Amino acid sequence: MTQDVQILLVEDNASDAEMTIRALSKITMASRLLRVKDGAEALDFLFAEGAYSDRSVGATPKLVILDLKLPKVSGKEILARIKSDERTRKIPVVILSSSREALDVKECYDLGANGYVVKPVESGAFSDAIAELGMYWTVINEPPQPRVLLKQVTL
Amino acid sequence: MVQEVEVLLIEDNTSDVEMITRALKKSNNENSLFRVRDGAEALDFLFGEGGFAGRDTTRIPQVILIDLKMPRVHGKECLMRIKMNARTKNIPVVVLSSSREDADITECYDLGANGYVIKPVDSEAFHKTISCIGSYWLKVNESPQ
Repeated sequence: MTQDVQILLVEDNASDAEMTIRALSKITMASRLLRVKDGAEALDFLFAEGAYSDRSVGATPKLVILDLKLPKVSGKEILARIKSDERTRKIPVVILSSSREALDVKECYDLGANGYVVKPVESGAFSDAIAELGMYWTVINEPPQPRVLLKQVTL
Repeated sequence: MVQEVEVLLIEDNTSDVEMITRALKKSNNENSLFRVRDGAEALDFLFGEGGFAGRDTTRIPQVILIDLKMPRVHGKECLMRIKMNARTKNIPVVVLSSSREDADITECYDLGANGYVIKPVDSEAFHKTISCIGSYWLKVNESPQ
């Protein structure tokens, strides 16, 4: 059930997604992590549309990990949408990108990103960085309370 | 004069300051943590005013750790002032508070806090929590230039 998603991972690159999921699996149950491959699906999930219309927008994840270069809808646009909608703006969003351009970093913070992590190139360093990211954002950090815990069942 | 500051710690409680300083030593260079006692001093530091007149304010910390209950300027007001000023709004600010009230957490995120961490009561857990904050915000996260 997608109401229980703690971490939404928005990543199109299969090998990056796999490494990220593996590094996070030590911290969060696989069932509580949802990976989507493009920006359109991420928006459907967050705003409970399309294939996710049975969700509640208020059942917000604890964390969104967002790549920048994505098919269909770019990471920055997703970030802007999340941070400009009252229902979703408090969800912690961390950018995970291969870009270390100061402009990208600045623009993401301008748009309201909670954090920005540059993907390390070397795989060991990549896993370590994701493990630290996961530990901080899902164990140590206190996210805002979801607006609803579970969608009401319509009889 | 204050040189490169990686962590600006805004905290009035002396024993918390000691524990935080100790726990951050691993992830933080010895002299790059700067501690101020309240929100007013923090704002002076960030904007180069008062006792910090003439400080090069283009040198921004990598992360700000801020307590909520403080004398003079309260943590929330300080957070709001940081997040409303174009020069400082992108500096990651993590609230470090003993309050687990939903209202406080929600309000801090509304004001633009990047993160919110509840101070554990147990000292060992406190140490671990601060170490984790240090490893993430100083080593893994990219702060704006």
